[in-house]
Amino acid sequence: MREAKAKIDKESLKNVLFVAISVCLVCSIVVSTAAVMLQPQQRLNQIYDERQNILRAAGMLAEGRNVDAQGRTVDELFEQFEVRAVDLDTGTFTDAVDPYNFEPIRAARDPALSTNLSAQQDIATLGRREDISVVYIRRTEAGEIDRIVLPVRGYGLWGTLFGYLALEGDLQTIAGLGFYSHRETPGLGGEVDNPVWKAQWPGVTLYDQDRAPAIRLPKVRSPEGHELARYEVDALSGATLTTRGIEYMLRFWTGDLGFGPFLENLQQNAA
Amino acid sequence: MATPKEVLVDPIFNNNPITLQVLGICSALAVTINMATTLVMCAAVMFVTTFANVAVSLVRHRVPSSIRIIVQMTIIASLVIVVDQFLQAFAYDISKSLSVFVGLIITNCIIMGRAEAFAMQNGPGLSALDGFGNALGYSVILIGVALVREPLGSGTLMGYVLLPRVVDGGWYYANGMMLLAPSAFFIIGLFIWAIRAWKPEQVEAVEYEIAPNLQYKEAM
Repeated sequence: MREAKAKIDKESLKNVLFVAISVCLVCSIVVSTAAVMLQPQQRLNQIYDERQNILRAAGMLAEGRNVDAQGRTVDELFEQFEVRAVDLDTGTFTDAVDPYNFEPIRAARDPALSTNLSAQQDIATLGRREDISVVYIRRTEAGEIDRIVLPVRGYGLWGTLFGYLALEGDLQTIAGLGFYSHRETPGLGGEVDNPVWKAQWPGVTLYDQDRAPAIRLPKVRSPEGHELARYEVDALSGATLTTRGIEYMLRFWTGDLGFGPFLENLQQNAA
Repeated sequence: MATPKEVLVDPIFNNNPITLQVLGICSALAVTINMATTLVMCAAVMFVTTFANVAVSLVRHRVPSSIRIIVQMTIIASLVIVVDQFLQAFAYDISKSLSVFVGLIITNCIIMGRAEAFAMQNGPGLSALDGFGNALGYSVILIGVALVREPLGSGTLMGYVLLPRVVDGGWYYANGMMLLAPSAFFIIGLFIWAIRAWKPEQVEAVEYEIAPNLQYKEAM
């Protein structure tokens, strides 16, 4: 063993190339084996996580729990939802993609599947908007819409907030809003996760009489009974930009470029 | 030559990578907001340092010195990716809250430092002990920091409520600073002070002294 080593000139070009290539080869085999073997499990985790977030936003699952009060699991609860792809331009359901495997956020990065937003349109600072998105609908036994969950996202202070907006069957009243990923400052903008603040969302009205998105997050709320009071949720203290980001995000996604046309069609049963 | 026991135990207090060598601080700031992420991070670092040391030690006779750092980095980076993939598959929630910091283990100076300073000169067995010992030293400090930050910052430990917060209807006003990175600096500073008070031989010699100000009028 010692003798064999003495024969190799460690610093020779041949040895440098040999070591470099073999190290790369062994490492890449190890890494790719791990990645390929674990991929199915990772995908399951992502899907589970996504479903959990949808159920939380819809108010069907408490924070930090993965069964509801009746002990139903995430998968059982999610089965109540119908998953549909929506063409955002026409505001109608589409069968062009498989909604279970379609990733709208990824599509937004693909020029073929998304639309560039002008600075004026892009109030939520998205850059591009996907042409097709996915919605989650829960119907009553009679087939009426009971709840609908829409994916929303927009820029806050440090980065994009990703979340779900849940609406009641009237497509006008918010049932809940929850973010599953954001990078806001803990204690300030990070309070978007505060259950006390989140509890204000259910019952807030989305559109005004002219069907324009009217959500506001003012620092000083209108007095009770005022005509604006039903569109309002408290701003977050010390987080002006996060608050503004949420307001713009909701206005964008419920507006003409977002799910606005779709919700209108759905209300007139024309989707 | 150090005995195996010394190699394993020394890095915990006598030659701690964080408090004596002041390496690996950045992840110590980032992941210590709560205990669960801290423990997972420590386990990940233990795995990576131990196996990186073993792997580097095994190839040390073949690796030309001109590309040795690159070889070490490649080995460390591969191990980190493997750990990251495992976390995403089996501890998804924690892997989400650790986010980029698992990937950043690659740049953790402790691992690189041990590979270069120890594993390049010693056999695989000793190198494994050295890697594990240093990771233990790192973990002891991280767990200590998390033990202060999580209860004071969020009133919980491992998710269990210790100090019920006012916002949840309790009596404890959470200290928001504990949730921000600077608090970890202060806590690590206090640890360094405590360890050096206990083991005065770790106190560094003064490199220079500030001369007394003779132009006292300037200060007036």
